[in-house]
Amino acid sequence: MTRRQYFTAGFKDGIPICLGYIAVSFTFGIMAKKVGISIFDAVLISLTNVTSAGQFAGLSLIASTASYIEMAITQLIINLRYCLMSCALSQKIDPEAPLFHRFLIAYGVTDEIFGVTVCKGGKLSPFYSYGVIFISVFGWVFGTFLGILSGNILPARVVSALSVALYGMFLAIIIPPARNNRVLAGVVVISMAASFLFDKTPGLRNISSGFRIIIITLIIAGIAAYFFPVKEDEYDELEEAGELSDSTKEAHHES
Amino acid sequence: MNHNIYIYIFVMAAVTYLIRMLPLTLIRKEIKSTYIKSFLYYVPYVTLAAMTFPAILSATANIWSALAGFIIAVFLAYRGKSLLKVSLFACLGVFIVELITGL
Repeated sequence: MTRRQYFTAGFKDGIPICLGYIAVSFTFGIMAKKVGISIFDAVLISLTNVTSAGQFAGLSLIASTASYIEMAITQLIINLRYCLMSCALSQKIDPEAPLFHRFLIAYGVTDEIFGVTVCKGGKLSPFYSYGVIFISVFGWVFGTFLGILSGNILPARVVSALSVALYGMFLAIIIPPARNNRVLAGVVVISMAASFLFDKTPGLRNISSGFRIIIITLIIAGIAAYFFPVKEDEYDELEEAGELSDSTKEAHHES
Repeated sequence: MNHNIYIYIFVMAAVTYLIRMLPLTLIRKEIKSTYIKSFLYYVPYVTLAAMTFPAILSATANIWSALAGFIIAVFLAYRGKSLLKVSLFACLGVFIVELITGL
C-alpha cells in the first residue's frame, strides 16, 4: 500500500470517531460557553488537548481559578491511562519508520484513536494513524465550535443518537477477534463485568474513570498475560485475523 | 488572583502530550519478554471493553434506546461488519427507539 492509501484507509476508519467526537465536543463547547470561554480559546483547547475527560476537568479548574500546579496534577491523573496505551502502541509502530513519526502520532493518542490503530492487523503505518487522527481531530474541533457557537444547532435527539457512535466502534474493534479466541472473549466479558462492578460498588464507584480503567487494565491484562501468554506464531495468526475482519475485507467484498 | 487562560491551556496540553509522547519515543525497541508482550497485547481489549460497558447504557436519553444501540452493535460486530457500519447502525437504532418512545 502507498502512503496515500494508508492515509485514506485511516480516514475511513476514523469516520465513526469523528461522528462520536462531534457529539461529545458539542457538549464541551456548550460547557465552555457557560464558563465564559471565547470561541477561539475553546477551539484552541480542543485542538491542543484532544481528550474529553481532561478538557472537562480543565474547564472547571479554569472556572474556579485553580493554581497551575493543580491543573497539571489533575491532567496527569486523568490522562495517565494514555501512558499505558502509548506503551502498547510503541510496539505496534513500524520499526522502520523514522523517529519523528512517533512525536506526531503521540499527539493523537486518545482512547478511540488508540483503539482503532492498535487493533489494526500487521505493523502500523504512521500514515494510517495520520488519516485517523486527521478526521477525528476535525470532528473534535468542529463539534466544539458548533457547541459554543450555539447550544441548539444540533437537536437533542441527534446528539443522543451520536453518543453511542464511539461505543459501537469499540465493540466493532474488540468483538471480531474475540469470536474465534476463547481467551480474548473471556478477557472482554470479564473486563466488562469488572467495570460494571466498579460502577455499582459503593467506594469503588468514587474512583475516577481514568483510574478505574488503569486498575482494571493492570489486573486483568496482567492475569491474562500470566496464564495465557501469547505465543509468537499465535500472535501472527491473530494479527492476520484482525486484518481480515476489518474494513479491508469489506472493501474486497464490495468491489 | 490573575490567571492567564493561555498558561492554563499550555499546562493542560503539555502535560497531556508528555504522557502520550514519552512511552512512544522512549520504547522504540521490540520488547522481548513474552509476559510484557502478552500484557500489552491484552491491554486494548481490556481498556475498550471496560470503557464501553456499562457506560454505553447511560450514554443516551434513556436506557431502552441505549440497550437497543448496544445489542445492535454487538450483533453487527459479531458478524464482522466494518467500524463505520456498526457505529452508524447503533446510532440509527438509538434514534428510532427514541422516536418511538417519544424521548
